[in-house]
Amino acid sequence: MGLLSKKDAKLITDPLADNNPITIQVLGICSALAITAQLKASIVMALSVMAVLAIGNVVISLMRNIIPSKIRIIVQLVVVAALVIVVDQILKAFSYELSKTLSVFVGLIITNCIIMGRFEAFALANGPWRSFLDGIGNAAGYGLILVIVGFFRELLGSGTLLGFPVLGDPIEKTGLYSIGYENNGFMLLSPMALIVVGIIIWVQRSRNKELIED
Amino acid sequence: MENRTDKNSYTILFAIGMVLVVGALLAFTASSLKPKITENQRIEKQQNILYAMGVNDNEGTSANFISTQNAAEAFSKYITKQLVIQNGNVKEDNEAYLIDVKKEKSASNSDPSKRRLPLFVGVKDGKTFYVAPIYGKGLWDAIWGYVSVDENMVVQGAYFDHKGETPGLGANIKERYFMDDFIGEHLIDENGNFKGITVAKGNADPKNEDKTDNEVDALAGATITGDGVTAMIKSDLKLYKPYFDNLKTN
Repeated sequence: MGLLSKKDAKLITDPLADNNPITIQVLGICSALAITAQLKASIVMALSVMAVLAIGNVVISLMRNIIPSKIRIIVQLVVVAALVIVVDQILKAFSYELSKTLSVFVGLIITNCIIMGRFEAFALANGPWRSFLDGIGNAAGYGLILVIVGFFRELLGSGTLLGFPVLGDPIEKTGLYSIGYENNGFMLLSPMALIVVGIIIWVQRSRNKELIED
Repeated sequence: MENRTDKNSYTILFAIGMVLVVGALLAFTASSLKPKITENQRIEKQQNILYAMGVNDNEGTSANFISTQNAAEAFSKYITKQLVIQNGNVKEDNEAYLIDVKKEKSASNSDPSKRRLPLFVGVKDGKTFYVAPIYGKGLWDAIWGYVSVDENMVVQGAYFDHKGETPGLGANIKERYFMDDFIGEHLIDENGNFKGITVAKGNADPKNEDKTDNEVDALAGATITGDGVTAMIKSDLKLYKPYFDNLKTN
């Protein structure tokens, strides 16, 4: 017997593919477009959302029996905003460098609809442990798409990966650039992220026909 | 049995309780961490100023400040004078680096003579650097930086930072390949007038070999952030020109 029961493991594996928050539920698109011009930013964002979503899901799940249903969305918003701001303040005091890297993402994390979506759809109806797993799973599914998009945008747009020039130097014309290859600056702009996400959605649905809606 | 969480009275009490708890939590975190955060920001300013005059731990293509532990010591070692220029009068002030450029800038809207201009004079390897802070706005939020120049207002180093520019696009103003382009650029044109440095798109000088064209190559996908950099260099560094004119005549 493994660490997780079959049912619990599904909470993590489902959002990675057949119930992916971005490609299937089409949530969290805004941040996926905004920050995927670089692979590093994609990874940082994925990890931040994972932390916030896992902790937030547990908090909401623990509070699920006392939250008044009429104002539950407001309560969810307050929980996620408070959580993000407290974490940001702590980072600013004890890990200033890291907080500077993350500062741009703080607003994007609070408004990420995946977070509200999971609070509303899962944490309000399930126990803390299952909610925790659901948070990890969905954030991983989100992060997976972010990393794929970030990989292609940085590689084709800037010719680098994680800031490291993998295709040679575009100005000195070394590596791939010596045979006439050029960076596609268009990849750095947000519309291309939408197109890359669209391609992923297409590939995924053509491999698994059950996902095609009418 | 009616669900007790559906009652209006419960909802209101819950909302009040939640606001009190969350408010107290945030207030507590903010006020208990404030001294540490201010201290971090103070050290960062010293690191920024030192970075602009070439005192840094740069390796390869990444921009690295001098380490936090060494910042204070290096700051007193390299920065020989801290000046505040107000209305043409120059005086020394050892806390000039704590001046908030944003506040000075907005205060000067009503009365330009009120604006205090900090200038840091540093000596490294026998060479004198004059470091000035600049402040402006990018696409989403504030951008700022420190530029070091020599007596002829030729840029010796630059550091830019931002509050919320898009990662991978505008945020690249704090990358070495952008900041290093400014080194050697002239702020003054051939007639001796202040011209600034324009972050220019499609200039025919991507390797930035022409240092007297008052232009550096722009970043792809960051037009407005680049324009912001151009604007803050023009508006803020221009104010220092009288000081350098004086420096030459004396």
